[in-house]
Amino acid sequence: MAAAASRTARLDPSTAAVGLVLIVVLVLAFAGAANATDAGFAAHSWMFLIAAVAGLAALLGWHEAGDKTPTFDKAYYEEGVVKAGIVATMFWGVAGFLVGLIIALQLTWPNLFYFPDLPWTNFGRIRPLHTSAVIFAFGGNALIATSFYVVQRTCRTRLAGGMWPWFVFWGYQLFIVIAATGYLMGITQSKEYAEPEWYADLWLTIVWVAYLGVFVATILRRKEPHIYVANWFYLAFIVTIAMLHIVNNISLPASLAGAKSFSVFSGVQSALIQWWYGHNAVGFFLTAGFLAMMYYFIPKRVERPVWSYRLSIVHFWSLIFIYIWAGPHHLHYTALPQWAQTLGMTFSIMLWMPSWGGMINGLMTLSGAWDKLRTDPVVRMLVVSVAFYGMSTFEGPLMSVREVNALSHYTDWGIGHVHSGALGWVGFVTFGSMYCLTQWVWKRPKLYSNALVEWHFWISTIGIVLYISSMWVSGIMEGLMWRAYNEFGFLEYSFIETVSAKHISYIIRATGGGLFLLGALIMIYNLVRTARGDVPVEDRNRSASTPTLQPAE
Amino acid sequence: MATKQGWLLRNHKFFEKHSYILLAGILVTVAIGGLIEIVPLFYLKNTIEKVEGVRPYTPLELAGQNIYVREGCYVCHSQMIRPLRDEAERYGHYSLAAESMYDHPFQWGSKRTGPDLARVGGKYSDEWHKQHLIDPRSLVPESIMPPYAFLADQPLDLSGIKADMGTLRIAGVPYTDEMISRAVDDAMGQAGGEYDVEAMAADYGKIAGREGTVTVRDFDGEPGEPTEMDALIAYLQVLGTMVDFSTYEAEDLSNKR
Repeated sequence: MAAAASRTARLDPSTAAVGLVLIVVLVLAFAGAANATDAGFAAHSWMFLIAAVAGLAALLGWHEAGDKTPTFDKAYYEEGVVKAGIVATMFWGVAGFLVGLIIALQLTWPNLFYFPDLPWTNFGRIRPLHTSAVIFAFGGNALIATSFYVVQRTCRTRLAGGMWPWFVFWGYQLFIVIAATGYLMGITQSKEYAEPEWYADLWLTIVWVAYLGVFVATILRRKEPHIYVANWFYLAFIVTIAMLHIVNNISLPASLAGAKSFSVFSGVQSALIQWWYGHNAVGFFLTAGFLAMMYYFIPKRVERPVWSYRLSIVHFWSLIFIYIWAGPHHLHYTALPQWAQTLGMTFSIMLWMPSWGGMINGLMTLSGAWDKLRTDPVVRMLVVSVAFYGMSTFEGPLMSVREVNALSHYTDWGIGHVHSGALGWVGFVTFGSMYCLTQWVWKRPKLYSNALVEWHFWISTIGIVLYISSMWVSGIMEGLMWRAYNEFGFLEYSFIETVSAKHISYIIRATGGGLFLLGALIMIYNLVRTARGDVPVEDRNRSASTPTLQPAE
Repeated sequence: MATKQGWLLRNHKFFEKHSYILLAGILVTVAIGGLIEIVPLFYLKNTIEKVEGVRPYTPLELAGQNIYVREGCYVCHSQMIRPLRDEAERYGHYSLAAESMYDHPFQWGSKRTGPDLARVGGKYSDEWHKQHLIDPRSLVPESIMPPYAFLADQPLDLSGIKADMGTLRIAGVPYTDEMISRAVDDAMGQAGGEYDVEAMAADYGKIAGREGTVTVRDFDGEPGEPTEMDALIAYLQVLGTMVDFSTYEAEDLSNKR
């Protein structure tokens, strides 16, 4: 009787609703697999089908497990999904860094790293795998995990939605797997950072709306009168990405049982919509969301309030207003009408101010706690991430000036620029936050080893410096070589001469990327030992044999 | 509260205490820039230049573009020549918006790990392209391009080409019923098969406003069923060749942008 009563009580509406969604996915996937017009779509239908079956089995298992599993008790924070998010972040991070290293090696030694009979190993197919893995899989999981943690703590309430946060987490992983396997099979819309085809986009839309719902519902049940600044940034990130994703991916599938679709927009309009999306994927996915981490994890870790409340407000509204306009700077000197290029450039230069306002607000939060830079390597990682943010948000407006862009566009300078942002800012702020989160959600007094954090910090920093400086050299060099004239007034270099001139830079770049990957592996070891609760290395010398100082009575 | 708060802090509470108002405020703030920049592109008439010669891709060329997209060529090759002296001398006349008006989506690219391809059509022979795609380093020893040898062995799958063209027509590409119903034959014929290609040349020439824009030949040099190599080379060979620059008046006010 008692068991039956508890079971009835636990069949909550959220679990039933998630189950219903999975049943719909199951039916559609079955129809897709049965009618597929191409092998890629058939494979993806089977993946959706297997995922739906696995999801339903998991729900059933959870339901049958009885009282042993925790229910959605409002007296406790939901930390399981945060823990899963940490694992996913680090897993996809290493996968993304590894693929990045592989494609860097392909461009360095094409004879060793290309396989003529394996189309899926070619640069054109695995470069989107790299970008999506680091941006959406690594970055996205970091955003979901930290936002779920931060919104609970700053609202002092349990995550809303019962089973829905888990739907968001696993639904997002499914999107990543569909996108990644699609690239390898050649399924792509050819829109940078929006490559997944129409059905993957639809699935992401469902997951994203659920994410927005969970986040807003949690804020609605907050026990604090004010919504904390980090949540403004998370909210702007979630809402704006929804808008960008939906508009940029409006397309017509050639068949409802096939992978191929065509964008409803063409030519110049599709170009501007794509870069309106593309630049704001940077602005809202890789900036606003990670600024939310900055506004939570830096103050928490250094135990100081955010430096200026007023600056936070100005920073927030000006950043989100101005960022949206900056997209056309990706299209300087193209067939995009010049008025649009000029607007994009103007706002890109203005963007420098809110960016640095945010950087100053983050850095100055250390006021009165600057010593922690020396004593806590995690704080140093967070602070250096903000410094890299400042550097790349200065470089960005510079590169958006038409005359500078004439040199920098189409070159490796752009690759270097995005990596100073991606490795330095997004990477380091995520690493810093993950060190904090692992220690906090597994309730450990300290990390397993601060020395290993030091190693990670320095190996990765050297890796970033090698990466971005080699790309500055190769980018500016090739830009200058393309436009060089000889004394007779002819172009000085053929295109291939500019390619072979970059070989040394490419070796240095791959080395930098390899170091960054090595740093992340060290971090994973440290996090696993921390989560397991192993005795911190720094405490081992203080075991029974070495007496500790007794406090004075 | 003993201390008096400033105007900003006092009034910002309105957003901080009401989640729906914060949400609405964010949506309005982020919508403005995009609306002002994007919407005019759809109704300002001078967004796309007035010029003759641009036509939709033939079925074979469209199949080639699908392969170009599938293999991620846009990742390393731009199709957008900027109006800069060195680019005009290296690649040809700067690109017009009209030239990509039937590309769903655009293939302008963002990176030149390899050279621009906007006007690669007609620059190299079919044999050069085939050899270069099979083994780039056999022709250009310092090239870092991946090899695409498998394209030569892969028979061209035309089972979806009619659906592709029908979908593009909904999106605004002026394919006619005849063009779509003839699509498979047209593709076979353009690749050098024993098919009547007169009607195709006439139909596509009509939209282009001039004759001779459709090239018919065995692109991969292998008789028999067309391969993916045929389609990709047919696409590469048409890039940048459509516009009749004798009809383009760069100084005309309607083309000043």
